[in-house]
Amino acid sequence: MSAGTAKLNVTVAEVKPINDLVTRFKFVRTGGGDLPTFSGGAHTVVEMQDGDITRLNAYSLMSNPADRGAYTISVRRDDEGRGGSKFMHSQVKEGMEMVISNPVNLFSLDLRAKKHLMLAGGIGITPFMAQMHQLTMMGGQFELHYSVRNASLGTYAEELKAKYPGKVHIYHDDQDEAIDLNTLIATQPLGTHVYVCGPKGMINWVHGTAEDMGWPREAVHSEEFLAPASGKPFEVKLAVSGKVIQVGEHQSLLEAIEAAGVDAPYLCRGGACGQCETNVVGYDGKFLHYDHWLDDEQKAGGKHIMPCVSRFEGKTLVLDR
Amino acid sequence: MTIQFNDETFYGDFTFKNSDWAIKRFPFPFHEDSYMYSVNMEPHKSYRPGSVFERTFDVDEHYVAEMKDRARVLANDPLRCQSLPHMTLAGWDLVELIMEAKAAEYPDLFELHKDGNRWRWVNKPLGIDDTFTFLDESTLPYGPMEYITRQTQGDFAVLDQRDDNLWMDAGMVTTQADWSLDFDIGMNFFEWHAPVPKANEMGIFVRALKFLLNIQQGQPARRLNWTMTVNPLLDTSPENYHKWGTMKQGLTMENIGEKQHLRVELQTFFRLPRSNALVFPIRCYLIRFEDLVTVPKWARRLHRVIRDLPEELATYKGFIDNRPLMVEYLSQFDDGSPTSDGIWADD
Repeated sequence: MSAGTAKLNVTVAEVKPINDLVTRFKFVRTGGGDLPTFSGGAHTVVEMQDGDITRLNAYSLMSNPADRGAYTISVRRDDEGRGGSKFMHSQVKEGMEMVISNPVNLFSLDLRAKKHLMLAGGIGITPFMAQMHQLTMMGGQFELHYSVRNASLGTYAEELKAKYPGKVHIYHDDQDEAIDLNTLIATQPLGTHVYVCGPKGMINWVHGTAEDMGWPREAVHSEEFLAPASGKPFEVKLAVSGKVIQVGEHQSLLEAIEAAGVDAPYLCRGGACGQCETNVVGYDGKFLHYDHWLDDEQKAGGKHIMPCVSRFEGKTLVLDR
Repeated sequence: MTIQFNDETFYGDFTFKNSDWAIKRFPFPFHEDSYMYSVNMEPHKSYRPGSVFERTFDVDEHYVAEMKDRARVLANDPLRCQSLPHMTLAGWDLVELIMEAKAAEYPDLFELHKDGNRWRWVNKPLGIDDTFTFLDESTLPYGPMEYITRQTQGDFAVLDQRDDNLWMDAGMVTTQADWSLDFDIGMNFFEWHAPVPKANEMGIFVRALKFLLNIQQGQPARRLNWTMTVNPLLDTSPENYHKWGTMKQGLTMENIGEKQHLRVELQTFFRLPRSNALVFPIRCYLIRFEDLVTVPKWARRLHRVIRDLPEELATYKGFIDNRPLMVEYLSQFDDGSPTSDGIWADD
């Protein structure tokens, strides 16, 4: 199978600033026609041609999955990041043609659930917007608890409260409002599934609390995509293709492999899905594993690396690519 | 219509027959002179016009007769079609996938007209012209999966994806190689594959599951699998083993060419968009030995594969007792000359 996912050619139909940090983008199929249907929780990988660099960032689809006319995503500007979100905010204009991937869902609803309890932090709201559309269409039960920094950064908060009366609860950090997770989890009907999307601390908090309260692991779902960390440049030898590549300070190992013209598989580009797992042929140095995929034993074993987010420091690294 | 549909049976008098066209396009499964399991997946892309790989869902001369056989099997045993409650959305995904593909790829046989969620489906070979509301079960005579799979050749396993596993939570299974949906319903990938010998030690299932979990929308995959069937039986189910198991006895050098069939499954895998489920169509093609040996390369290769197959595999596939006779019959058509790479007949 070739790398990544099947591609879609799209045109930017709308660029709409939502608040100081978040801008919404709407894509339609270039030349007209329907886009593929998707399931709530799916993301698309947006390709950005930023000078010589091709950036590939995953963003959750937030529009109604049944609407095949357009996809929308929301991008939070990360001034400390490597530049993907800054590119989206500063370079992407209405009418621009772009390439995005077919939808991929690594955060799907468990359709057996009697009720879906959604916990969002900040920009983590976006996959839930598509899921709420889907559940409304199917007549599913859901409840959203959404934590925001303050009212002005509460992306879509008012809109959602109006759209789903009684089902949406907003918590403002600056007013010391916080989700009462223990009570919330303790009072759910049997058959409820919990979903969390937000900062790492929030995800760990929800998993830990649910586990402490005796919830089955299978009933708690989370999604967190990491941004690749920057780090010291390093050199890698690719054993199969016979190439020696340099990984730049602000470049991921996966991006460097791709830039050398070597076809490498990927899906999420955020350390979660496992698709880019690569065998290590030999090394002399230290791995900097940042992914959620390999377990601690594998990370210590020095035989595997997830090149989308992880790095290396040392003399030599030889990979099976 | 471009395809002449056969009037034939897959039980009783067994009048099933392949035309020269069907023999020529038969999906012979062996690309070399030996066989061992592998995760032999490739993208399900249109390939070789006229072959079974050209269309998303292949329709051939057996279509109408196979659908009649399915209706007969279901009338006797309704549990061949089951769908757990959370799989209804996946059923609608399947309705959309099949109707859109067939209408686009066989416009002379099938039509789909959409007015928003109001859909009109015309199936000319089966004489169906239905109008229904997409996503509204009350507007179809059956559940969505049953409705469309009563009109599509091949078995269908619809797999829910959760907890990093696949779950056999819905299916239409009437043309199976000795497995039971009623037995497997609700099982996960490792549970329903537990009876397969050797493959587990080889790590096949871990790799296969990882591949399947990552199948994405717009990127279907396919593989071929095979076994042997005496008489052209589509329904070789465990439920009916008492009816067909005994047919494996009584093969002779005189009748094996007519009675013994190579059974090939074209297995495809599609991600379903709304439900994020995976559908696994398993399309069965049958060819009697005497038709198969009209292709010299296939005759030589099948002889070598069957002769050298590990004993566990011949046992698992249910033909260990008849193997000596098969080898004796096929050896008549193997002069020892080399065979070319790949599955296709030499021109």
